[in-house]
Amino acid sequence: MINKDLVIIGGGPAGLSAAKLAAESGLSSLIVERDFKLGGQLVKQTHMFFGSEKQYAKTRGIDIAKILVDDVLKYPEMVEVMTDTTVVGLYEDKVITLLHNDEYIKVQSKAIIIATGASEKVLAFPNNDLPGIYGAGAVQTLMNVNGVLPGNDVVMVGSGNIGLIVSYQLIQAGVNVKCVIEASSSIGGYKVHASKLKRLGVDILTSHSVKRANGTEALESIVISKLDNNWDYIEGTEKTIEVDSLCISVGLSPLSSLLSMIGVDMKYVSSLGGLVPYIDSHHETSVKDVYVAGDVCGVEEASSAIVEGYLTGLIVASSLGFKHENYDELYRDFKAQLENLRSGPFGEKTREGLQEIARDHDVK
Amino acid sequence: MLNRDGVASKEQVLSRFPSNEVLVKAKAITECYEEIPCNPCATSCPFDAIHIGEDINTKPVVDFDLCTGCGICVYSCPGLAIVIAQIVNDKARFKLPYELRPLPIVGEIWDGVNRSGDVICKALIEKVTYTARVDRTALVQVSVPLEFIHEFITVRRVL
Ligand SMILES: Cc1cc2nc3c(=O)[nH]c(=O)nc-3n(C[C@H](O)[C@H](O)[C@H](O)COP(=O)(O)OP(=O)(O)OC[C@H]3O[C@@H](n4cnc5c(N)ncnc54)[C@H](O)[C@@H]3O)c2cc1C
Ligand code: SF4
Ligand code: SF4
Repeated sequence: MINKDLVIIGGGPAGLSAAKLAAESGLSSLIVERDFKLGGQLVKQTHMFFGSEKQYAKTRGIDIAKILVDDVLKYPEMVEVMTDTTVVGLYEDKVITLLHNDEYIKVQSKAIIIATGASEKVLAFPNNDLPGIYGAGAVQTLMNVNGVLPGNDVVMVGSGNIGLIVSYQLIQAGVNVKCVIEASSSIGGYKVHASKLKRLGVDILTSHSVKRANGTEALESIVISKLDNNWDYIEGTEKTIEVDSLCISVGLSPLSSLLSMIGVDMKYVSSLGGLVPYIDSHHETSVKDVYVAGDVCGVEEASSAIVEGYLTGLIVASSLGFKHENYDELYRDFKAQLENLRSGPFGEKTREGLQEIARDHDVK
Repeated sequence: MLNRDGVASKEQVLSRFPSNEVLVKAKAITECYEEIPCNPCATSCPFDAIHIGEDINTKPVVDFDLCTGCGICVYSCPGLAIVIAQIVNDKARFKLPYELRPLPIVGEIWDGVNRSGDVICKALIEKVTYTARVDRTALVQVSVPLEFIHEFITVRRVL
């Protein structure tokens, strides 16, 4: 059994930022990441990010990943990294089991930060398992990490920011994006992203959904249909579109399965993407010394994941006796940054959702 | 309608343009009509000409007295929502962000495209800035006939 003060599960923006602030406070940590490299979702984001300069806005996601990774590599004595290592088990006494190269490793930690992010939701329709039908995030990985085109003619389902951004990146890669379809009567993501696509000639069809996919060996065409206000198909509005790829981007849900293993109190909150843990203002779950940060406790943005990571790293270090010399100042700053990011109309869902999972004893 | 198809209305577009007298000098046109948590336009402007303020969700407002039309905000905006417009005789000159490849070459004639993605005119490529500073978002200067000043938004390679 290996003993650690702090284990951080997930090496995305939230996990990396937590490790940085823990190290700055004097607390060592181990980051466990199942992917081959650190960076989480950022490693495939070739676009410039939103947010403010403090969270690296206008920098491309791939470059933000480098900055965050370099930040923790500055503390080689304090931050240990295990990539290509998956956390497969979590126990109430804070024993963590890892799988690395077919080897099973047990770690006992004093505190744990779970920063596992989120996974893509699927959409049910006939033949949705045909080859050529992908999640938008998977397509982004294929294109931007592996340099492989998903196909030649694509339709995107979902007009949230991910659907809009991945459509734009498909065009940058030379793929013909035939249209974006959206079940709701208005575009889900930022309008600046939508306008960017529209001026490239891509139609965004609101109040539309995919009815079925056709093909024998692989995807050959899809049938789309208009929807009424109750999201029911309107008979007679079906249209067949020939495509070899269909991208599904209908939202993300928090990867909270590890939390379920140790009986953390959770709640289904649709505005946060699915099943999320109750947390207090210190991001501690109902299980003592088990904390969460980033998309796993509510699907948001890299900007907020970074700040949540900083905040949680700062707090956990302090609770284990390593109080940062500027603790109060940093604490206030991180809280203020989060509040500012969430203050607009796009933050409304998050604000409401977070209220639903605020742990009672926390109302100070 | 912007919310349904991504196309800003004529009124929305005109609300971001100063008068033609002001446009004798190059000015930034910020087509950002929604409250989103974003502010690189404001923080990147060396002349403090774009204002967002404390609340990062506030929409940007350009002070045309301070704006020099330098174009820094154009390649700093993650939404690619800013162009520089200027009136030069009977032409409208734009500096716009461009992220597709191949990049245009000075002297080429490309299609001029409106906000719906339709080709509306020809556009002469006058200058292409692609340095480390623009970080892979090329700054392309083009001119189009003046009558398209409020319709033109980007260029497309003629296939
Ligand atoms: C197409 C797209 C565009 C986006 N654009 C923007 C944008 O412009 N601006 C912005 O701010 N945000 C943007 N985001 C959102 C942003 O990428 C995420 O909100 C952010 O990455 C969340 O960070 P995280 O650290 O919580 O999770 P992630 O980045 O998902 O990282 C979680 C990590 O945990 C690892 N992990 C999971 N389970 C285990 C396990 N059992 N064992 C070990 N490791 C595990 C995963 O491999 C992953 O590396 C975008 C997202 C997408 C998909
Ligand atoms: S063009 Fe230059 S001066 Fe004008 S707003 Fe943009 S950055 Fe500022
Ligand atoms: S940088 Fe662009 S998208 Fe962001 S607020 Fe400014 S104009 Fe809008």
